[in-house]
Amino acid sequence: MSLTREDVTYVANLARLEFTADEVTALADQLGAVLDYAQTLSELDTSKVKATEHVLELKNVFREDVVKPCLTNEQALANAPDSEAGCFKVPRVME
Amino acid sequence: MEYEIVIGMEIHVELGTKSKIFCSCPTEFGAEENTHTCPVCLGMPGVLPVLNEKVVEYATRAGLALNCEIAHYSKMDRKNYFYPDLPKAYQTSQFDLPICTGGVIEIEVDGIKKDIGITRIHIEEDAGKLLHESAEGTLVDVNRCGVPLVEIVSEPDLRSAEEAKTFAEKVRNILEYTGVSDCKMQEGSMRFDVNISMREKGETVLGTRTEMKNLNSFRALVRAVHYESKRQIVELKKGHVIIQETRKWDDTKGASSSLRSKEEAHDYRYFPEPDLVPIIIEEDYIAKIKAALPELPEAKKHRYIKEYKLPEYDAGVLTATGVLAAFFEEAVGLYNEPKQISNWLMVEIPPLLKEKELAMENISITPIQLVELLKLVKNNTISGTSGKEVLKEMFNTGKNPEDIVKKQGLAQMSDTVELEAIIEKIVTANPKSVEDIGSGNEKAYGFLTGQVMKATKGQANPTVANEIIRAVVKKHLG
Amino acid sequence: MELSQKTIHEINDLLKKKEVTVTEVTQAVVNRIDAVEGSTDAYLRVQAEKALRDAKVVDEKLKARKKKSPLEGIPYGLKDNLCTQGILTTCASKMLYNFIPPYNAHVYDLLIEEGGVLLGKTNMDEFAMGSSTENSAYKITKNPWDLAKVPGGSSGGSAVAVASDTAFFTLGSDTGGSIRQPASFCGVVGMKPTYGLVSRYGLVAFASSLDQIGPFTKDVEDCALVLNAIVGHDEKDTTSLKIEKKDYTKNLKQGVKGLRIGVAQAFFGEGLQPEVRKSLEDAIAVYKAMGAEIVDVSFQYLDYALSAYYLISSAEASSNLARYDGIRYGYRAEEYDGLVDLYRKTRSQGFGEEVKRRIMLGTHALSSGYYDAYYKKAMQVRTLIKEDFEQVFGGCDVLLTPTSPTTAFGIGEKTSNPLEMYLTDIYTVPVNIAGIPGISIPCGLDNGGMPIGMQLLGPVLSEKTILKAAWAFENETNFKNLKAPLGREV
Repeated sequence: MSLTREDVTYVANLARLEFTADEVTALADQLGAVLDYAQTLSELDTSKVKATEHVLELKNVFREDVVKPCLTNEQALANAPDSEAGCFKVPRVME
Repeated sequence: MEYEIVIGMEIHVELGTKSKIFCSCPTEFGAEENTHTCPVCLGMPGVLPVLNEKVVEYATRAGLALNCEIAHYSKMDRKNYFYPDLPKAYQTSQFDLPICTGGVIEIEVDGIKKDIGITRIHIEEDAGKLLHESAEGTLVDVNRCGVPLVEIVSEPDLRSAEEAKTFAEKVRNILEYTGVSDCKMQEGSMRFDVNISMREKGETVLGTRTEMKNLNSFRALVRAVHYESKRQIVELKKGHVIIQETRKWDDTKGASSSLRSKEEAHDYRYFPEPDLVPIIIEEDYIAKIKAALPELPEAKKHRYIKEYKLPEYDAGVLTATGVLAAFFEEAVGLYNEPKQISNWLMVEIPPLLKEKELAMENISITPIQLVELLKLVKNNTISGTSGKEVLKEMFNTGKNPEDIVKKQGLAQMSDTVELEAIIEKIVTANPKSVEDIGSGNEKAYGFLTGQVMKATKGQANPTVANEIIRAVVKKHLG
Repeated sequence: MELSQKTIHEINDLLKKKEVTVTEVTQAVVNRIDAVEGSTDAYLRVQAEKALRDAKVVDEKLKARKKKSPLEGIPYGLKDNLCTQGILTTCASKMLYNFIPPYNAHVYDLLIEEGGVLLGKTNMDEFAMGSSTENSAYKITKNPWDLAKVPGGSSGGSAVAVASDTAFFTLGSDTGGSIRQPASFCGVVGMKPTYGLVSRYGLVAFASSLDQIGPFTKDVEDCALVLNAIVGHDEKDTTSLKIEKKDYTKNLKQGVKGLRIGVAQAFFGEGLQPEVRKSLEDAIAVYKAMGAEIVDVSFQYLDYALSAYYLISSAEASSNLARYDGIRYGYRAEEYDGLVDLYRKTRSQGFGEEVKRRIMLGTHALSSGYYDAYYKKAMQVRTLIKEDFEQVFGGCDVLLTPTSPTTAFGIGEKTSNPLEMYLTDIYTVPVNIAGIPGISIPCGLDNGGMPIGMQLLGPVLSEKTILKAAWAFENETNFKNLKAPLGREV
C-alpha cells in the first residue's frame, strides 16, 4: 500500500513541509512501507473496543482561577527571530 | 421564484475569568502588546496546559441559561492548523463531545414568537491578534491567546437578518445576566460567524452555504446578512452555483469578498488532546449551578410588568442589561415609584452617561442619590426642570442632590404667602397686561408668568404661581 | 578505582566520611570529560566552570551541616530536550539552535532543590526521534564499548555519559524505549517509570501520551536514589499522578524468593541475536537459583504494538512539532516569499530527515479519511495491548525480556532503512503503549564484547518490585562492574 505522489504532496502541504521530487518519491516508498507494516492492525476486530485516549484513569484535573506573574515583554520576545514594536513579526498576512 | 434565507450562527463569547483557560496569565483587555504571556500561552517547547476550573463552571452556567443539556462526559480535542495568531499551531477546543448540547431560546420579531435551537456549546481558547502595521509585515500580539471562549452554535432556524440580530441580542442579554461574560462587543468579548444559504420557498433541502466570520457588531451582522442574501439571489437567478466558501465582510465597503486562496479546505485533523483529561460533570454540580442562576431577562421583564405595573416597553429597556436592572431594583427597593424611576433611567440618564463616556457599570451616581433627587422632584421642592439640572451637577461633582439644591438655591418657592407678595407687586406694575387679559387675551398670562419667574430666578413653583397669578389678576379685574 | 568511576552511593559514603569534597568529585568528572569526551561526544555542551562553582557552594554548605539529600553535590547531565532556564536547549535540532528557555523543566527544578551539580546537556536523536542518536543535527555520539558503534537512542548521550563515567547519573526521556535501549547498548541501568509518575513539564514533547523522563545510572541502588528525587505530582502537568510518595530504596535488597517472573515466547522469536538469547536464558537460571518462580506467560496482541506505536507517536508528534514555525523562537529561514513560504522553508530547513518523515506519517494518520483506519485504530489496539499486559500480570509479578533483539549496531548501518531502524524498538515500545514501568540492566556481553541488556517490566506503579528484582540479579552477578574499555588511564 504505497502512498501516491499526490498523497505525499497533500500531506506535505498540511504539515507545511516542502520536498524535492526525489524526496517525494522516497517518502512515498518509506511511508508506504511503514503503513504496509501497520496494515496488520486491520486484521484485528476492534469494533467493540474502546479507544484508549489516556493510559491513566485521571479526570477532572483543574487549576484555580488565579492570576500569576507573566513574562515581561522583553522575556517573551527574547527568543524571537524577528520582532517590532514589542510584537512578533511575520510577513504580511493576506486577509 | 421566491427565495427563503436560511441562517445559522456561531457566537464566540469570551468568558470573564480572571486567568486564561490553560495558564495563569490575566485575561484583562487592553494591556500593552505581549505583556500578558507566559511560556504556556506562547506555545514554547515543553509546556503543558492545565484547565481553569472556572471555565467549566461558566460554560455550564451559560449552557443552563440557554436551556441546554450538560454533558456528563466531555473532553478537549486539538484542532490543527497553521496561522501566526495560533502559537501551538493547534487550537485546543472540543470536537465530538462538547460540554453542552440541545438548547433553545425564544425570540420575538414583529410580534411573532419563535424558538431558535442551539445545537451545541463548546469550550475553546482564543487566538492572538494580528496587527497589520506596515506594508512589509504583520505584527503578532499573543496577549489574547488562551483567553477562554465558549462557542454557541445555533441550529439553522433563523430566517432573516432581523431574527439573527434578535437572537444574538437575546443570547448576549442572557449571558450578561449570568455573569459569565461582560459581552463587550467593542472589546471583542463577543463575535459572530454567520452561515447563509438560500433556497426556494417550500424547499426542505438546504442550499449551499457561505460563511462570514468575526462580525463584531449587530449592525455589521444585519448588513452582512442582507448583502450576502442579495448576492446569492443574484447569482442563483443568473443560473450560477453558489460556492461553499468563507467570505470576508468589509463593513466599511459594505460588501463581502471571497477568501478563497490557493489553500485547500481545512483538514483540521482533530484528535483527543493527550495533555488534558476528560471532564466529568455530575448531577449535583449541575444542580448547584442551576440553583445559583440569577433571574434571567425574560422572567425579570415579566415580573417588572406584573409587579411594578410597568409598560412592556419600559420593562424591556430596564432589563436590557443585568447592571441596569440591578440599579433599577435597588432604587425601587428604596423608594416605591417604579414609573418615575423608570422614566429617569430611560430618558435622563443615558445622555449624561454618553457625555461623560461612562456606562451603567461605572455610573458615577448611586441608586440612593437618584432616589433622593426624585423625592425632591416628587414633593415639589424643586421643579422637574431644576431636577434635570441637579442630575447633571450630580454627574459633574458627585455631590448629593440636597447639597446641590441648597448650594444653588434651587428650592422651589412654593410658599404661597411669599409668592402672593411678589405676584401682587408684578401684577400691580403691569396694568396693561391685566387689561389685555380682561379683554380676552390669555397670552398675557405668559408674560406675567415670565416676569414672576424672572423675579424669583426661576424658582417659583410654576403650578402654584400660575394659580396665584390668576387669582390676583382676577382680583385686579375686580 | 578512581573517583569518576564510582556510584552515587559510594560517593555519598566518601562525602559522609569527609574523605572527599564535592569539588574534588566534580573536578574528577570534569577531568574525565576532558579525557574522553573527544572520543565519545556524549555532551552537546558542558558547563565545567559553573559546575565547579556550584560544587564549591555545596562544599561550603556541607561545612555547616550534613547532606540534605542523597543527590546533593552529585554531578549529573540532562538530555537536551529538558528545558533549563538560561541554558541553551536544542533537542539536538537545528530548529532550536539558539533557544534559551525562560523557565525550567520541573525535574530540573527538583534536582536544583536537591542540590545536584549540573555538568551539561547531553546529545540525543533530534526531538527524541530515533534509536541510535545518529539523527542529532550536531554530532554523533559513540558507544564507549566500541567507538564505531551507536550508543542507541534517542537518549544516547545520557547513556554514554554514565557508561563512560562523565556523569554519575543523567536523565533521559523514553517514548518507545529511548532510555532502556541505549542503557542496554551501553551497559548501564536505565529506567522508564510508570506514565504520570514524573512530571513532563519542561520536557519538549514528542508523543504526549507516551513520553516519560527517567534516570540512567551505574547501578540499581543509584537508580532508586534518582527516582526518589524526580517522582512526584506536579500541578503544572495535568497528566501527573497524585499518589503517596514512596522511598524506592526501601526493601530494595529484599531478594526475590517467591517472586513470580514471567517469561513470554513472544520476546524470544527469530531476529533475536544468539548471544542475547543465551544471556537471557542464563538470567532466568540465576533467578531460579535465587528462589524466584519462573512462569510461562503469553501475549495475544504484542505483534501489533510496534505499528500502533508508530501511528500514535507520529500523530501526536506531528501536532506537537507544528509550533516550530520561526515566529516566536528558534530557527527562521533566511529567504522566503510570504507567510506560507516562511513556514515551509523554516520547517523544511530546520528539521532533519527523520523528524520530517515522522511528521509526514503522523499528519497522514490523522488526516481526513484516514483517521479511523490509522489513529483511531491504533488507539483501540492500545486498549487491547494494555489489557494484554494486565492479563499477563495477573499471573506474574514481573516480566523478563531482552531489551533489544541485538546489541549495538554499527554507525551508519541502519540509517538507510527507516523500517529496519524502527524494528529495533520492538521489545520496548509495548511498555510505553501500556504506560507500565520498565528497567533495563546489563546481563552480559556478546562475542564482540558489546553489552547485552535485559528488561524487567511490571504492572502500573510496580517500580519497587522491579527494582527489587533488578537489584537481586545485579548483586548475584558481576555485570555491573564491567566497564567500557575507554581510556582508563585517567
